[in-house]
Amino acid sequence: MSDGTDAATPRRPRVAVWKFASCDGCQLTLLDCEDELLAVADRVELAYFLEAGAVGDGGTGTYDLSLVEGSITTPHDAERIRDVRARSKVLVTIGACATAGGIQALRNFADVEEFVGIVYAQPQFISTLGTSTAIADHVAVDLELRGCPIDRRQLLAVVAAAAAGRPPAVRGHSVCLECKAAGNVCVTVAHGTPCLGPMTHAGCGALCPSYARGCYGCFGPSEAPNVTATAVELGRRGMDPHEVDLALHTFNAWSPHLREVWHQPPPTPPEATS
Amino acid sequence: MTHRPPASRTLKVDALARVEGEGAMHVEVRDGRLHDVQLRIYEPPRFFEAFLRGRRFTEPADITARICGICPVAYQMSACAAVEDACGVTVDGPLRDLRRLLYCGEWIESHALHLYLLHAPDFLGYENAIALAADHRDRVTAGLDLKKVGNEILEVVGGRAIHPVNVKIGGFYRVPTPTELRPLAERLRTALDTAIDTVAWVAGFEFPEVGHALELVALSHPTEYAVVGGRLRSTEGLDIASHEFADRVVESHVEHSTALHAHLLERGEYLVGPMARFALNADRLGPEAAAAAAAAGLDPSERNPFRSIVVRAVELVQACSEALRIIEGYERPDRPAVEVTPRAGVGTGWTEAPRGTLWHRYELDDDGTILDATIVPPTSQNQPAIEHDLFHFVEGNLHLDDDELRRRSEQVIRNYDPCISCATHFLDLTVDRS
Repeated sequence: MSDGTDAATPRRPRVAVWKFASCDGCQLTLLDCEDELLAVADRVELAYFLEAGAVGDGGTGTYDLSLVEGSITTPHDAERIRDVRARSKVLVTIGACATAGGIQALRNFADVEEFVGIVYAQPQFISTLGTSTAIADHVAVDLELRGCPIDRRQLLAVVAAAAAGRPPAVRGHSVCLECKAAGNVCVTVAHGTPCLGPMTHAGCGALCPSYARGCYGCFGPSEAPNVTATAVELGRRGMDPHEVDLALHTFNAWSPHLREVWHQPPPTPPEATS
Repeated sequence: MTHRPPASRTLKVDALARVEGEGAMHVEVRDGRLHDVQLRIYEPPRFFEAFLRGRRFTEPADITARICGICPVAYQMSACAAVEDACGVTVDGPLRDLRRLLYCGEWIESHALHLYLLHAPDFLGYENAIALAADHRDRVTAGLDLKKVGNEILEVVGGRAIHPVNVKIGGFYRVPTPTELRPLAERLRTALDTAIDTVAWVAGFEFPEVGHALELVALSHPTEYAVVGGRLRSTEGLDIASHEFADRVVESHVEHSTALHAHLLERGEYLVGPMARFALNADRLGPEAAAAAAAAGLDPSERNPFRSIVVRAVELVQACSEALRIIEGYERPDRPAVEVTPRAGVGTGWTEAPRGTLWHRYELDDDGTILDATIVPPTSQNQPAIEHDLFHFVEGNLHLDDDELRRRSEQVIRNYDPCISCATHFLDLTVDRS
């Protein structure tokens, strides 16, 4: 069996799936490719994918493609991602946690000691960093797939590209373009619904507007987002500054375009009642 | 002749496979006696209950969904129930039916995932479902298709399978038309046949003869196999409303886990999930699921955790038939959601996630800002019971060598379908025989 270095004979690319702080939803997306999963497993070697039971070499080998889910929130994980990088030819981050720190990056705006105290009775048992950060803040990343969760079609495109030994093609435009392509009536223009679509990265297929809802930005900022203009428009559509603030700071709060625009700290909560 | 294992040893599984999230197992044997068993949950904490403070009352449905990629709808439904309770709103009629339909989709997706991809390989001696598929491709393909039907329900009603976008406090952003639901009915008829066949398949597996005497706890509803709401009942006579939960269940924090352990006050560890639901509510199953359970020889006194796979299969039948009935009787609601106006107060709510009862509590101020949030997921309730079961299993099997004991212990853990991402606020197996 090849160890993943150059092999003289053709072989299936070795794929590994890694989890850091996350909900499992992005790696579950691979298991949600029900029609394609067995075909994918024929074309690539799922060499390490713990949740699917592919224990293989216990994650100690080298891999042609590493799919990385989750953000870095502990000193141990900050070390582990360097090790994963060193053993991966191509490293692709999957989802908002891995590309922007995820919802758990809301701690970055707060005092993590206080957070630990709110949730845990014995804070001394908890080992955590003060921040939740993207994989790219720690190691070089070859491609970032956006979304909370990622889109199945985009994931398959990445795996198919790896199987074919070519780079994947993933576009960086905004949800607005997808909305037009889907033939949706603009929810903001027609109904006055606040929508983050103009500044949000494409990939979902304009899901929320298709369900009569404004985009809530789960794919994070597009390549060149106009955050200020979007914030002004959200205000015009009835959101107060605090609501705009919250809308911009949810699943991708620590993405570079958004972390600087936190302009109002959240109200101080009272002492816990339970 | 079998090699006799040493009197003192440590068994470790550093990263449990085929479970959701990151956990480990540690077993310590000293001088031939089992000293300690720990289900270690090292998944890093994400502090949901902390950052929910200061957010709007409209946000928990989207935010808490992110606790778990496998059961986001459970979080959405419990969050909605609790916030609506705080605001004095009840969602019933066709909107409640649509919520049950969405939830059926999640039960089908989650149970089919666990049964076919994570659990069945244990009984048939395969490392994973890919290896299982090499010998039994048709069986795995049928299982994947069943799972897909669950996801299709989630996509049509919820917008997408993971973290659906169409759920809001009070109902939905947009309710589907009967035309949109109709193709699902056809798919569900096939899925129902597959599910019934699945019950017969897994009932034929070999099960070790074990049992436990744990208190089983689940929501119970007068006329439904409870999913969305009801009273919490148990095999030992517990019968409480959701606002009483915090008075009866205590959470404690132990060193080896980022999940909080839950105990019933003055009663100790207990178990939620499919076995508990079946024990308490079997007489409210639909006719298809009741017939499948009877054919499999399953009755409410079942206490063998290895046979939880049969119960999950019966619940697959239940979810498929329930979804089918809801779709066949569907009339589009007049409005997609009930108006919800915030007010100061406390609300609690619970639903039956695929892995068991999931309780939420929110305290709101008068403009709808969240002042305090508490979430008790099923796996943190089950963790003490899983350790208890694991302890007795290992104690009775110390004659096995390390590899076999490790393999079977992992299977004991998988019997409970632990969801570790959920429980972290929540597995690695070490057996220490030193």
